[in-house]
Amino acid sequence: MLAYIARRILASIPVMIVVALFVFLLLRLTPGDPAAIIAGDMATPAQLDQIRQSLGLNEPLVTQFVTWSGQLLSGDFGRSLISKTPVLRLIGQRLEPTLSLAIVTMLITLLLSIPMGVLAAWRHGSLTDSAVMAISVLGFSIPVFVTGYIFIQIFAIDLRIFPVQGFKSIGEGFWPFFSRIFLPALTLATIYIALIARMTRAAMLDVLGEDYVRTARAKGLSERVVLFRHALRNAAVPILTVVGTGFALMISGVVVTESVFNIPGLGRLTVDAILARDYPVIQALILLTSGIYVVINLLIDISYAFMDPRIRY
Amino acid sequence: MDASRMPEAKTEDVLVVEDLVVETAGRNSAKILSGVSLRVAPGETVCLVGESGSGKSVTSLATMGLLPKGALMARSGRILVEGEDVLTARPARLRQLRATRMSMIFQEPMTALNPVLTIERQLEEVLSAHSQMSAKERRDRIRGILELVRLPDVERMCRSHPHQLSGGQRQRVMIAMALVLEPKLLIADEPTTALDVTTQKEILRLIAEIQERLGTSVLFITHDMGVVADIATRVYVMRHGAIVEEGPIQRILEKPERDYTRDLLAAVPALHPREGRAAASREVVLSTSELGMVYRQPSLFRKRQGTVAAKDVNIKLKRGRTLGVVGESGSGKSTVARCVMRLIDPTEGSIRLRGEEIVGLSRGALRPMRKRIQMIFQDPNRSLNPRLTVGDSITEGPINYGSEPRAARERAMELLELVGLPADAVDRHPHQFSGGQRQRIAIARALAMEPDVLVADEAVSALDVSVQAQVLDLLDEIQTRLGIALLFITHDLRVAAQICDEVVVMQNGRVVEYGPTAEVLGNPREAYTRQLIEAAPGRHWDFPNFRPLAPGGPGSIEATA
Repeated sequence: MLAYIARRILASIPVMIVVALFVFLLLRLTPGDPAAIIAGDMATPAQLDQIRQSLGLNEPLVTQFVTWSGQLLSGDFGRSLISKTPVLRLIGQRLEPTLSLAIVTMLITLLLSIPMGVLAAWRHGSLTDSAVMAISVLGFSIPVFVTGYIFIQIFAIDLRIFPVQGFKSIGEGFWPFFSRIFLPALTLATIYIALIARMTRAAMLDVLGEDYVRTARAKGLSERVVLFRHALRNAAVPILTVVGTGFALMISGVVVTESVFNIPGLGRLTVDAILARDYPVIQALILLTSGIYVVINLLIDISYAFMDPRIRY
Repeated sequence: MDASRMPEAKTEDVLVVEDLVVETAGRNSAKILSGVSLRVAPGETVCLVGESGSGKSVTSLATMGLLPKGALMARSGRILVEGEDVLTARPARLRQLRATRMSMIFQEPMTALNPVLTIERQLEEVLSAHSQMSAKERRDRIRGILELVRLPDVERMCRSHPHQLSGGQRQRVMIAMALVLEPKLLIADEPTTALDVTTQKEILRLIAEIQERLGTSVLFITHDMGVVADIATRVYVMRHGAIVEEGPIQRILEKPERDYTRDLLAAVPALHPREGRAAASREVVLSTSELGMVYRQPSLFRKRQGTVAAKDVNIKLKRGRTLGVVGESGSGKSTVARCVMRLIDPTEGSIRLRGEEIVGLSRGALRPMRKRIQMIFQDPNRSLNPRLTVGDSITEGPINYGSEPRAARERAMELLELVGLPADAVDRHPHQFSGGQRQRIAIARALAMEPDVLVADEAVSALDVSVQAQVLDLLDEIQTRLGIALLFITHDLRVAAQICDEVVVMQNGRVVEYGPTAEVLGNPREAYTRQLIEAAPGRHWDFPNFRPLAPGGPGSIEATA
């Protein structure tokens, strides 16, 4: 098991190198002078020269890449061109809202979608099944900004249970945090509930036809045990895959939700950085998102091995 | 069935099925079982025998209350297990009855155990679902039952997952699981069909032993008359969802009353080898020398280790002859077939097709050779593309090799007639044919390439005995007419005895014995060959002639072994 984990970790290093190379080349290979792009239209030649100097643009590409990766490894991601604060601190400030949103969303998703999928598969062809499928189609088809505003209308404006917008850190107490994060999380969750409920249903349908499920029933086990102990664990691998990639996608895809609910997270930072052409920030964000993808994929791979003892590459 | 002949159901019978009717659910319901009645007395082994689709598995699933929901349902009749009707029992009661009064083992030990749970966990949950035992009592009981089914190294077994066990070990675990609460009735649905003969023999003996010890009644479902002859006290013969004939084993084997039972018995291939045929040609069409296949697992940290799938295999196949390769699973017989087909690349040795070396040939250079050697696969339900018409399947190869589509189609129609199917089958799809017919189509497809060598990999193993006999006859006839050489891979010695001129016996990737069928099977020199022959079920019985094989008589193994 340890060897397996070590091998998975080693295998993810080249991926990160390729991503870093891509990010590096993104700025260097953009048509035109990167210094000019960074400096904007109003720059003086002296400013341009200073930027070139600070980015080391006069050096050969290879040297530039080595220096640049060296800086990254020592935690130096440069400074934002706009606010002049270090990129790492900028991101650090925005990470908590986004991660909170992603995690709460995933929790809501898992709590609702897996039982829904299991139930639909168990009662295959029944009204329950059709209802779950209908909810799935709805979840897929309504855009996030529509669901978001509908939830705000119902829960925040009409029922007044939750505030309309904003974010409070969990350090400021659970309820202030939860009441603000719940609506955006639920909004974001709709599409994942749809996706994962369907996935669970399909995987369970496959597994419920297996011989060992029949064996489990022949042993006189209760349906609950048959479904959750015998079937769901065998259906777990495809579900985990979707949960993992869904989670990674979520972190990069929170842009709209954060805008609707006015959460100062990574999504907003990304939008702002792109609009302002804040290249160091964009670079760092790409690196961060790819890093998250790689780590989550790693976790999925490792969790496979825990779920299914036959998996040992 | 003739109800008046049915013996009176006695109250002490462990299982009584009365007039059971099972239909498909839905609007156009079709009868799957039309009034099945049977009974199993305490301690008895009753065999339910029939071909695929006869309804024997449906009968057993109905007894366990395991008919697939929404697909099949019991319409009428009663199923009494120790006097309690299973069909009217509430779901909770039914769950209680399972594993405590009746339990079941299934055909495929590979898939019947949950792959992600340990053996101990899977046994333990039976105990915790049905008893109030303490953790320690459960632990002890699990170890006790695993010892009873003769599993080695019980502690390690407990911690293992199913994929770490062999097929025979898994089936022992299944038996342990079924019997851990000592139910009165054990339903065994083809429990040894997927196993090798030697393993089958052990499992059958184990069931008999445990039965004796615990006094369990066994309802044994099988298609194999050999197994029936070895274990049954009474037999029910099923066909088309009804019982055709019923009686004590001896009577059924000696004086079957119904034609169907007779046909079924007559179709069992005899174990004594066919007469040697005079060689029609001296030309060797296929030969291998020192053929070997080692699978190496690339590993980052550990040293590379290889699995030897075949080693030093030397065979020669002449035009118009049939060479059998027999052995148990893992013996390397399929590896040899795949190497010869160049579906995999052997790691050592050479393969000559009509004198030409084919090992090491590139894809392009191999192309003209492919035509000369064709394969028939085991499962005709999966080897034909369901989306292609039969005609397209047959003509695809020849057209690839430059035949005119029209000519190829005409040829396909001829071939279909040659294999005993109507020529208009060309426009139909595989699902419109039965298993036996599909295998005929597969044969026609292989013949369309006009090969010199036909490789049949377990080509009749998935077929019912009666169909099996027809397909074997067909292969024989085609061989006589076209002079094709046949490399016949099988695990079934009876089949090998019927069709092969020569046999290669393989074990652990090596050739153990090689020679004319009459000699190898009639007078085996090697202990392993003898062991295989002795494990063949029903070998004391001469089925087609409805009599026991006289010890020392013609065809008897003991005479020569």
